Amino acid sequence: MTAASIQARARAIAEAVPDPEFPQLTVADLGILREVTLTGRRAVVTITPTYTGCPALQVIRSELRRRLEGAGFDDVEVRTSLSPAWTSDWITDEGRQKLAAAGIVPPHAAPVRSAGPVPLTLVRSAPSVPCPQCASADTERRSVFGATACRALYRCTSCGEPFEYLKEI
Amino acid sequence: MDTYDAYRAITDVTEDQRWAFGAGFDDPLSGVDTTIPGGVSADDLGAYCEMLGDDALLMSHRLQQWVGHAPELEEEAALANIALDLLGQARFLLARAGTVDGSGRTEDDYAFQRGPAQFRHVRLVEIVDSDFGIAMARLLVFSTWRLAVLDRLRASRDPVLAAIADKGVNEMTYHRDYAAQWVIRLGDGTEFSHHRVQAGLVQVAPFVGELFTDSDVETRLAAAGVGVRPSETRAEFDAALDAVLSAATLTCPAWSASGGGTRIAGHRDTLTRLLAELQSVARAHPGAAW
Repeated sequence: MTAASIQARARAIAEAVPDPEFPQLTVADLGILREVTLTGRRAVVTITPTYTGCPALQVIRSELRRRLEGAGFDDVEVRTSLSPAWTSDWITDEGRQKLAAAGIVPPHAAPVRSAGPVPLTLVRSAPSVPCPQCASADTERRSVFGATACRALYRCTSCGEPFEYLKEI
Repeated sequence: MDTYDAYRAITDVTEDQRWAFGAGFDDPLSGVDTTIPGGVSADDLGAYCEMLGDDALLMSHRLQQWVGHAPELEEEAALANIALDLLGQARFLLARAGTVDGSGRTEDDYAFQRGPAQFRHVRLVEIVDSDFGIAMARLLVFSTWRLAVLDRLRASRDPVLAAIADKGVNEMTYHRDYAAQWVIRLGDGTEFSHHRVQAGLVQVAPFVGELFTDSDVETRLAAAGVGVRPSETRAEFDAALDAVLSAATLTCPAWSASGGGTRIAGHRDTLTRLLAELQSVARAHPGAAW
């Protein structure tokens, strides 16, 4: 195999690692896989956390190592990159489709920061999110924080079903 | 299709399997360039990381204590998530402190093995919040102040602090909005809820002055382009609090008159009790694993 094809193979293995909190999505779908480089037999994978306290990161790290080592890459290093900070805009189109298929509404575009202090939001306004069950636009946000740091809780006032929205950041 | 099992992935971690307490993870700064920028005192940078890390750790702990006691399940999830974000900041900052000060201490050593006299937090994060009004008043003050500090810290010459701050700003924007909206809902709610959150602000007020008192470490690091003098954030803090409190029909306490203080810990009853709970498992079972 050529160096390029070995590199491509390492990349494909890393890309396929699932996120423990959204097992239907891979780290590539979520945009947290930043780089895979190969120097000789040494594979260096760089990932970035979604949220600072995200407990999934360690699981992802060990799963990356396990799969790459299992495929014969015997010197694997997983690096953490904190900057630039992850944004929900990095979720790929395929990732968005998988989220939607799992009943989780994919995020709107992240807010663009203008100069000056971070603006305060005093009114409980929530992005308009259509119900993934019945498509009604008549939904309400129950909480901006959900079962994980990246999800908000919504409820459809038409069909009454609760659902989750991957919030923009 | 590949089968996947998160639990198996966890048990594959052989370097460190301590899940009984602490993170049990390997170094959160794994692969991050932790070189100290030129012209910066390692002692100062280590102390600064401890200050910022301790504020996040103890505030996180106070928020975690609400889990099981909050008025609604949604609020429990919110408070737990805010606590988790802050715990993440604490992990990175305390791990950074250990690499900078040459002690080689881990994040767990800082969290679980230091005594009350060695903590460097502001007293605001230490006080007991047995009432939801105090909890929301404190969270509003804390997140408004820390957001303003982290926003400036994004320009730090230290790439680790800049990166932690960059992520922290995005997360803490949600924290501050959450607290602000609760303070408005309570303040502009019933007479009873108004009274409770107003009383919360009064209880928090004596601890506000310390937030904006520059310590020697902060002053030196700010001059070196690495740290932030918290006094610089005062105007931004006052403007945000004015906006929230007027929308909430609440009276701003006279906190500009509150005393300074410079992050001096010690064997205070509130701190000793807080640490006793935070550290009890780690101290009873050193190095415990399951």
